[in-house]
Amino acid sequence: MTGPALLSARGLGLTFGTIPALADVDVDLWPSEMLAIVGESGSGKTTLLTVLSGRLKPDRGSVRYRDPDGHIHDVHAMPAPVLRRLHRSDWGFVHQDPRQNLRMAVSAGGNVGERLMAQGARHYGDIRAAALDWLGQVEIDAERIDDLPRTFSGGMLQRLQIARTLVTHPRLVFMDEPTGGLDVSVQARLLDLIRSLVSRPRIAVVLVTHDIAVARLLAHRIAVMQRGRIVETGLTDQVLDDPQHPYTQLLVSSVLSA
Amino acid sequence: MKGYNFAYLDEQTKRMIRRSLLKAVAIPGHQVPFGSREIPLPYGWGTGGIQVTASILGAGDVLKVIDQGADDTTNAVSIRRFFARTAGIATTTATADATVIQTRHRIPETPLREDQIIVYQVPQPEPLFRLESSRVETKRMHGLADYGSMHVKLYEDIARFGQISISYDYPVMVNDRYLMSPSPIPAFDNPKMDMMPALQLFGAGREKRIYAIPPWTRVTSLDFQDHPFRTINAPYPCGLCGATDSYLDEVVTDDTGGRLYVCSDTDYCSRRRGAAE
Repeated sequence: MTGPALLSARGLGLTFGTIPALADVDVDLWPSEMLAIVGESGSGKTTLLTVLSGRLKPDRGSVRYRDPDGHIHDVHAMPAPVLRRLHRSDWGFVHQDPRQNLRMAVSAGGNVGERLMAQGARHYGDIRAAALDWLGQVEIDAERIDDLPRTFSGGMLQRLQIARTLVTHPRLVFMDEPTGGLDVSVQARLLDLIRSLVSRPRIAVVLVTHDIAVARLLAHRIAVMQRGRIVETGLTDQVLDDPQHPYTQLLVSSVLSA
Repeated sequence: MKGYNFAYLDEQTKRMIRRSLLKAVAIPGHQVPFGSREIPLPYGWGTGGIQVTASILGAGDVLKVIDQGADDTTNAVSIRRFFARTAGIATTTATADATVIQTRHRIPETPLREDQIIVYQVPQPEPLFRLESSRVETKRMHGLADYGSMHVKLYEDIARFGQISISYDYPVMVNDRYLMSPSPIPAFDNPKMDMMPALQLFGAGREKRIYAIPPWTRVTSLDFQDHPFRTINAPYPCGLCGATDSYLDEVVTDDTGGRLYVCSDTDYCSRRRGAAE
């Protein structure tokens, strides 16, 4: 944790009607770090992710992003075109349900190439080569490049979504339960894949998960949320091996140890 | 014609349409909404084109109407007669003699001049509608010039068929800013839109949109660097006039496989044959 933070949020607050979704949330993310946000359903994890990524405006507080040139941007004060450009180049978003992100009527290669084309790539051969390269990196057979995603299994869809997101070499990726809804063996392979993919080009990741095991395997740091507040934060091993907050203790003790 | 205003539409409606036209010319390729009126013609037969034509016609104008390049099909004849009766203006089939040309599916082969206006009938003005069904979202995409998904469509064509398979209504970028549907003209006609001396107006009656390309505006067809845009035409000369540079229709002549390829632009074809005799 040296140097300036890549993304930093201060005093985030948001209520849905009378329900406090976020309260006094501070988050810092350093370059090439993976931060896990854990907590039970309804604790505000996904809301925090949508606020951090600029898709939802908080009632209070601000999120600041430092671009590659060192300029600081207030994510929620950015003009819509700039935020959109950021989302399809420097940032990525991996949904729990890959169907939300993928174009199901477009071939795997087209899905991977879309972000490149949105950035202005206009050479078919280059786009196809990049798509093939990324399909290989996420362990999808090159022969499937022209197949429609609807012929893919759940695990393949998730890997395709990851390839589509990482093809532009983002610096920051938001992941919302990337292994949710997959069976355990597929989950394990996917976790290995995510870990190797984000460690090589040094991508910073904010990962939302309810699965402590996923957080332990992937994350450098962990933030525990309860009722819209971050109740404990620290290095992953530290928090999970020596939880201080009663809620964290409950969360850790409720996990079956293998 | 008694009981009708000049060129059928009332003056207030024409003013409203002209205001939309002025805005459309000011923002080349941008779709401007307008209050499309009931026209004594079914939707899809040119209600948008008729309203635009009615709004720009003056007493001294000479009107030509073509349908698939031909002056003698039902749609073309009916619209030409409609304006001859309701506006009392002169009509012609000669491209060079016309001041206003209303068209469906073609641009005449004879190059247009600065003193001419071409009015296109447009069924679907939104080039992104097959990719994105929400109009709110397509408006946002136009606003942000976020056209990457259109190239995904072209990518898919090349991946599946080895080439871009769009043969008509081939999407174009106007003035390097707005993605635009050129209406269902063949891709063969797309290059004619680029730097055209004549004013190009587009009317979509059912969809209530008007857009325009001012004279001498850059119009480029979307493509990839390694799969450049190219026009497709039947590899034959015209069976009547022998032209090799015009867009051809395929006509089935018998039930034993006989085919005749003829110019779809009937005025161009007959003029060439007249000159040859």
